[in-house]
Amino acid sequence: MSPEFLYTIEVILNGLMAGIMYSLVALGFVLIFKASGIFNYAQGVMALFAALTLVGFQSGQIPFSHLINVMFGTEYHHWGEGMNNFLAIVLTILVMIAFAWLVEKLVLKHLVNQAPIILFMATIGLAFFMEGFGDLMWGANIKTLDVGIPSGGSFWWEDVTRTWATEGSEYYGMYIDVLDVWATGIAVALVIVLMLFSQFTKTGRALRAVADDHQAALTVGISLRTIWVIVWSIAGIVALVAGIMWGSKSGVQFSLSLIALKALPVLILGGFTSIPGAIIGGLIIGVGEKLFEFWVGPLIGGATENWFAYVLALFFLMFRPQGLFGEKIIERV
Amino acid sequence: MKHTKLAAAAVAMAMTLGANTASADLVFPSLDYRTGPYAPNGIPFADGYSDYFTLLNERDGGIGGVPARVLPCETGYNTEKGVECYESTKGEGALVYQPLSTGITYQLIPKATADGIPVHSMGYGRTSAANGKVFSHIFNYPGTYWDAASIIVKHIADQEGGDLKDKTIALVYHNSAYGKEPIRTLEELAKKHGYNLTLLAVDHPGQEQKSQWLQIRRERPDYVLMWGWGVMNQVAIQEAANIRYPMDHFIGVWWSASENDVLPAGDAANGYKAVAFHGVGSGFGVYDDLKKHVVDTGKAAGDGSNLGTVLYNRGMYAAMLASEAARTAQEIHGTADITPAMMRDGMEALNLTEARMAELGLANFGPEVSVDCANHGGPGLGAIQQWDAAAGTWSLITEFTGADRDVVDALIAEDSAAFAAENNITPRDCGA
Amino acid sequence: MFYRESGDFKTSYSGDQQIFPIAFDRWVVIAFCAFAFVVVPFLINDYWEKSVLVPVLVWSLAALGLNILTGYCGQVSLGTGGFMAVGAYASYKLTTSFPEMNMFIVILLSGGVTALVGIVFGLPSLRIKGFYLAVATLASQFFLVWLFNKVPWFYNYSASGQISAPERFVFGIAISGPNSPPWATYLFCLTFVVVFALIAKNLTRGRLGRSWMAIRDMDIAAEIIGVPPLKTKLSAFAVSSFYIGISGALFFMVYLGAAEPTEAFGIEKSFLVLFMIIIGGLGSIFGSFIGAAFMILMPVLFKNIMVGGLGWPTDLVAHLIFMLIGGLIMFFLIVEPHGLAQLWRVTKEKLRLWPFPH
Repeated sequence: MSPEFLYTIEVILNGLMAGIMYSLVALGFVLIFKASGIFNYAQGVMALFAALTLVGFQSGQIPFSHLINVMFGTEYHHWGEGMNNFLAIVLTILVMIAFAWLVEKLVLKHLVNQAPIILFMATIGLAFFMEGFGDLMWGANIKTLDVGIPSGGSFWWEDVTRTWATEGSEYYGMYIDVLDVWATGIAVALVIVLMLFSQFTKTGRALRAVADDHQAALTVGISLRTIWVIVWSIAGIVALVAGIMWGSKSGVQFSLSLIALKALPVLILGGFTSIPGAIIGGLIIGVGEKLFEFWVGPLIGGATENWFAYVLALFFLMFRPQGLFGEKIIERV
Repeated sequence: MKHTKLAAAAVAMAMTLGANTASADLVFPSLDYRTGPYAPNGIPFADGYSDYFTLLNERDGGIGGVPARVLPCETGYNTEKGVECYESTKGEGALVYQPLSTGITYQLIPKATADGIPVHSMGYGRTSAANGKVFSHIFNYPGTYWDAASIIVKHIADQEGGDLKDKTIALVYHNSAYGKEPIRTLEELAKKHGYNLTLLAVDHPGQEQKSQWLQIRRERPDYVLMWGWGVMNQVAIQEAANIRYPMDHFIGVWWSASENDVLPAGDAANGYKAVAFHGVGSGFGVYDDLKKHVVDTGKAAGDGSNLGTVLYNRGMYAAMLASEAARTAQEIHGTADITPAMMRDGMEALNLTEARMAELGLANFGPEVSVDCANHGGPGLGAIQQWDAAAGTWSLITEFTGADRDVVDALIAEDSAAFAAENNITPRDCGA
Repeated sequence: MFYRESGDFKTSYSGDQQIFPIAFDRWVVIAFCAFAFVVVPFLINDYWEKSVLVPVLVWSLAALGLNILTGYCGQVSLGTGGFMAVGAYASYKLTTSFPEMNMFIVILLSGGVTALVGIVFGLPSLRIKGFYLAVATLASQFFLVWLFNKVPWFYNYSASGQISAPERFVFGIAISGPNSPPWATYLFCLTFVVVFALIAKNLTRGRLGRSWMAIRDMDIAAEIIGVPPLKTKLSAFAVSSFYIGISGALFFMVYLGAAEPTEAFGIEKSFLVLFMIIIGGLGSIFGSFIGAAFMILMPVLFKNIMVGGLGWPTDLVAHLIFMLIGGLIMFFLIVEPHGLAQLWRVTKEKLRLWPFPH
């Protein structure tokens, strides 16, 4: 195979991996939208908050230490050596569940039956609140996140692919980031678990019933509010996974909340209501934007990925206005 | 109606609070950012800036006997908030502005000039402001981006034995005014030295750089330069490590060179280089005083853990340059209570010698700095620093060297002339 | 007691159809405008101009524009930042190419250019609806900003891609550049805002506005009764973009004076304007103003109270401001999901009956 061809394959492979990373964020959006019709703007901030909490537990930070120190003139920062990964992750999950419960109790309960845009706005308020709250709780400086997932280019894959190139051509082998492979594995596991959960458990069936029709679900005795707490908890856990994967790359800091922007084109392409849609949408966006940057980018000055993802999504929408896997929009007068 | 009126009254009251009466202090506003996407970079700088003034107050009773007052104002790296900060602090007798953002600097260039308040954009902002004939109130000593670009190229030439012909240099840059600054200079230098330049833009915030680094991996440029800020730095260094790019061929500008940037990549960041205009580490006399007078007495701005990091040092250096300029102004005008106009004169007459730096406890911290009417860019010297991941420290690996003045000065003259023409400014006569 | 309809008899159709049918309302608005035009210019200083009044005016205009599109015509757009950039760059190119051109004309033409761009990016709205359209307009946001950042022609080939507003005069008085007096820039913006708010109010009361609202309430039904969706949706995009373009031009020329696309017209600006109209009230002219005032002034107010008044550390205050703004948004939505304008409307209803509510 010619190196040129191998380069293209390399770009496609890496695009697929990047797409999976986008899907991880998009999944959280889909879960909440499906169950409650809320477009949850705060999903990115939730990922940041979860990652911050995880690092805080790992390193044994005292929450709100800055505030406490200013108010009482003390000098507290840490309460010891911190804890191991497993315990920290479990505790963070508990925090996210508590958070879901609070959101339902304090905000969503009061906004039942409002227009989607009002609920959307409420999640924006939530995002603002959590942005300040997360920083206040754990500090705005950058933190290194390490839960033991390996990263870096894979030597093995490089060696394997080097032999594929035509004899005599100068080819270094294909690059693939081990972290991305892990992310793919985790994403696949996550989707399988979610599928099994929604197909084979009682709560899962209730979730699907609510997603289908709120009114009907209520009449057969499903508690909408419990379901919302569960859905937001699951979205919080998905946010934690996304936060861990993205945070391992860049450290945990405010910018982590901006990954939500990368998930939006994935969402519209895949449809707001479909979990497989989020995955396939991510893959299409990932490959599309990487290939465009690879082929066309150099001709027009690069940095095209941000807008091309949206243009690509727009293109698909022209043919399917509800996204690739979205439920068909039926309008009645 | 009543509530509306009450609220309106409260608004009016609260807003007049922003404009207190000026006191007899020397006021140094600090437009810092401890929140937002660039907070990890902003916090240590702001801490250093404010701690040094605290030190002066605690140890020497201020500057020339007048206490210095740092006026922090949170900008979040946002231009509009920066404007609000400028307007709310300028009435308090602000002596010099340190905006710490390219966007806010561009805002303040015309405004501060009209208000007669100097701006010190230390190693950032508009490079051609180094031409003091056109930019009377803007200072960017001790060095500019174009100096930095030229110094890096010079370092590369030294590495390559002086010959850059047919070498390839790639620039990974933040796709904004800041990131685009070095491009012209690098292009001019490419003409002169005969290397090939590849440009790779990264959009804000820069979390996803796979395409750029795949391209670097494919084309194997001999050197990679970086003009990044915020999360872009960490991701770029991580990606460079992932594709096993030789780290000692990867050189950043001084804003892509803090501990924050290299630590997330761990051992893989070992050998990463960057250009610097001041020394690294905490092995300077001034740190003993800082510990004794500021940190141990609980007056430090941060938690004291930032001492000796690159950006803390830079903030402290900025404060030192400002206080020395204030001292110079006090000497020139024979009064301890100086105005912004006097401060400007002080900055323009600043002459920081090695002896004076040693006196301040900053021996060998940076090159000697002297500013004059025509040259607001200072000496334009820089050294290369390198990261040692095992020890977790930066160290300077070269002497402070100068930029290619022929190339840089010509570009500065050209760009400042364009600015002067656009804004009807007649360049000042500097007597030479 | 004073705020009432009884005794206020209308003897002509025009009297019956005026914007403020209640005399008290009319006089308050006239008095408020007179105060804004005649008194404020004598009281204004740099701080009030640059941190309070001009930002509120400029953002009000943007919010008005988006409210026409989203509030009246029901098309959710997140391309506001990009359209503001079009207005800003159009005004920059116009005024640097034709330095003699009157500033009023420059600003209006910038709005016109933006309207054309808005029509082009409005085309997908014929097929895509709701949140899908919102995210699709993000394509225009990112593409426009990228374009202005990439093509040197737009920023006159300057070294870093920053654009700076040159000094320009109206009636011999500078309204842009560093030497412009605060009252002049304020009056310049105020004139645009008052004139265009009036036009917007009348547009939405007229045939065009009614067809927008028909599309908003249900586009299929509207189409069946003879409202052409193509013309209506695109006209909403055009008018809305015109407003946003003007606000972008003022934002750059008068308020900031210098800008780079990625920072000044980023995605967060699109969100900001959307927040304004939802908080203020969708489909309300008055709501656009209070929404803008809320989003712009609240942070400034909190900052001045907490940093200036109480002397708390700036970073703590910044975090608290985020929490407070977020908390307030949620609070107001729970109390009144239809925005501050609805709260105001309810208050007025109560006032009509006060002090004898039964």
